[in-house]
Amino acid sequence: MRQESGMTLIVKRITRITVSLIFLFGVYIMLHGHLTPGGGFAGGVIIALSFIHLVLAFGKKAALKRISETTISAFESIGGVFFWSIALGGLLFSGVYFLNFLPKGEAFSLFSAGTIVFCNIAIFLKVGAGLFAIFVALAFLRMPDEKEEGGKAA
Amino acid sequence: MIPLFVAIPLGAAFIIPLISKIREGSARWIAAGSALALLCLSVSSLWWVRKGVLVYSVGGWKPPFGICMVLDHLSVLMLLVINLIGFLVLLYSLDYIKKYTAPSLYYTLFSLLLAGLNGLAISGDLFNLFVFLEIASISSYALIAFGTEAEELEASFKYLVLGNVADLLILFAIGVLFGRASTLNMADLARSLQSISLTDPVLYAAALFIVGFGLKTALVPFHAWLPDAHPAAPAPMSAMLSGVVIKVVGVYALTRVIFSVIGITPLISSVLMFLGIVSMAAGVLLAIGQWDFKRLLAYHSISQIGYVVFGIGLGTPLGVAGGLFHLFNHSLFKSLLFLNSGAVEHATGTRDLRKLGGLCRTMPVTSATSLVASLSIAGVPPLCGFWSKLLIIMAAFQAGHTIGAVVCILTALVTLASFLKVQKFAFLRAAEGLCKGAREVPFFMLAGMVLLALLCIAAGVFFSPFLELVITPAAQVILEGRRYAGFVLGG
Repeated sequence: MRQESGMTLIVKRITRITVSLIFLFGVYIMLHGHLTPGGGFAGGVIIALSFIHLVLAFGKKAALKRISETTISAFESIGGVFFWSIALGGLLFSGVYFLNFLPKGEAFSLFSAGTIVFCNIAIFLKVGAGLFAIFVALAFLRMPDEKEEGGKAA
Repeated sequence: MIPLFVAIPLGAAFIIPLISKIREGSARWIAAGSALALLCLSVSSLWWVRKGVLVYSVGGWKPPFGICMVLDHLSVLMLLVINLIGFLVLLYSLDYIKKYTAPSLYYTLFSLLLAGLNGLAISGDLFNLFVFLEIASISSYALIAFGTEAEELEASFKYLVLGNVADLLILFAIGVLFGRASTLNMADLARSLQSISLTDPVLYAAALFIVGFGLKTALVPFHAWLPDAHPAAPAPMSAMLSGVVIKVVGVYALTRVIFSVIGITPLISSVLMFLGIVSMAAGVLLAIGQWDFKRLLAYHSISQIGYVVFGIGLGTPLGVAGGLFHLFNHSLFKSLLFLNSGAVEHATGTRDLRKLGGLCRTMPVTSATSLVASLSIAGVPPLCGFWSKLLIIMAAFQAGHTIGAVVCILTALVTLASFLKVQKFAFLRAAEGLCKGAREVPFFMLAGMVLLALLCIAAGVFFSPFLELVITPAAQVILEGRRYAGFVLGG
């Protein structure tokens, strides 16, 4: 039987179920950042963990096939540009850098707090992609004189 | 307009990695364009501050509750130094950085470095100052390691460890002050510390700041990282590190915190002067025996920054003006010298002075500009280095610090000797094997060096209007000390 990359069948099966839940939980934490503890940073860390979970269970090849390094880097930059354009939006629409220029809505409802939600989304992208990129760099980059390890990435 | 100093380079840093995926070549033009825009903004900021200090409340939250940005004459001087050198160095990089594999990464990190330095110069909030300091430091760690050879990685790691120790001390000092005064806004902090006066915790914080920023400035007991880190970086980055980063991250931040927030006392003043004198003497003595072109320049940076700290530490109007003028001049000629060393390395493949020779015939422009810079750093009239050293020496005699003044003069002499050595071995003597086939470097590298050399001459010839227009108002900000709080918060 061919040696598959990654961990055993049990781990893989359970990962398949939990990864999407972890991902959704991250999105939930991010979207409720202005209402409950958490926010973009915490949400970003959680989704980065969900991808790291995939890498640990399935090995680097399978995981990086789904989300390549270019995609990670692009998402990270998009997060940065998004945050920057929110700050500039304040300057363009109401004359003050970083001003919360959107309607604030009703307090404690999901659609409130103006630009804070969008700031959270931007931070979420930046932190999620950034943390995963750091993990990928630490796990996969090798100095030329080290031997390439096959299979298990953990 | 003030936030644009941070927003423009930050935007460039985020957009470059996206665009360069589609068109690799566009990264350099975005970076150069943003640096040019910043240069125009900082020149025009000379006019903005004529009517008084400008305070910008980020997000519309008024200080001391929100984060504020403050533009006064000292900040304008720093912005001018950062963006002038930044633009010229970037111009030089357009050709130089082609030999590395990932130029778009270089431009991203460079823009990020500019964002951190500009933010540091205009921040009016102590914690924000720390954040910008981190942005600038982290991008410089990455840029030092840009070549990813063993030597570069080691230098970068050494800088990273010592830099983090410095950050930790600075953060701890900020914590101590925050615990004492319950505010992080620098103007508000200055006001509340006035009522507390210099009690032990505040003095403790001052000591931590001096060690922390002293590590960033590479003053002598804390200088171990600099002679490794500055030569290891790509040449334009060395120019940026020696010319700008140690000044903004070290000298400017130290001066701002010590003079405007904590308040200068005779004790702190004599500590600064002592560190300045020791750095001056030790730096130049270590430099004279070096054979590696860039390493020699790095040791001279320590020595010259000693002049700046000594001048500012004197605390007299003439001394502070001399220190700030020397800061500006040093950023011009030291960047130029590092760019020269980069050009020499680019053409011959070595930085070892013993293997060089005869380059004044094969590389006339590089040779001429390096002569201007060498004479400037050695303090030969009428070039810019002479006037600032003269001001510092005069101020030292006036204030009765004869020892300091004598050390200044002797250091200038040894500096001259050391740069005569550079000129002789690299440029003037008969050509050696490696240098016979050397050719002059490409256009943009020449453009950066020639412009810097012209500025060196201009700052020397027109020193008097420049001193009046830019330096004296900036020195005034330092001398006014804690009245900074009144200018920012009003009343």
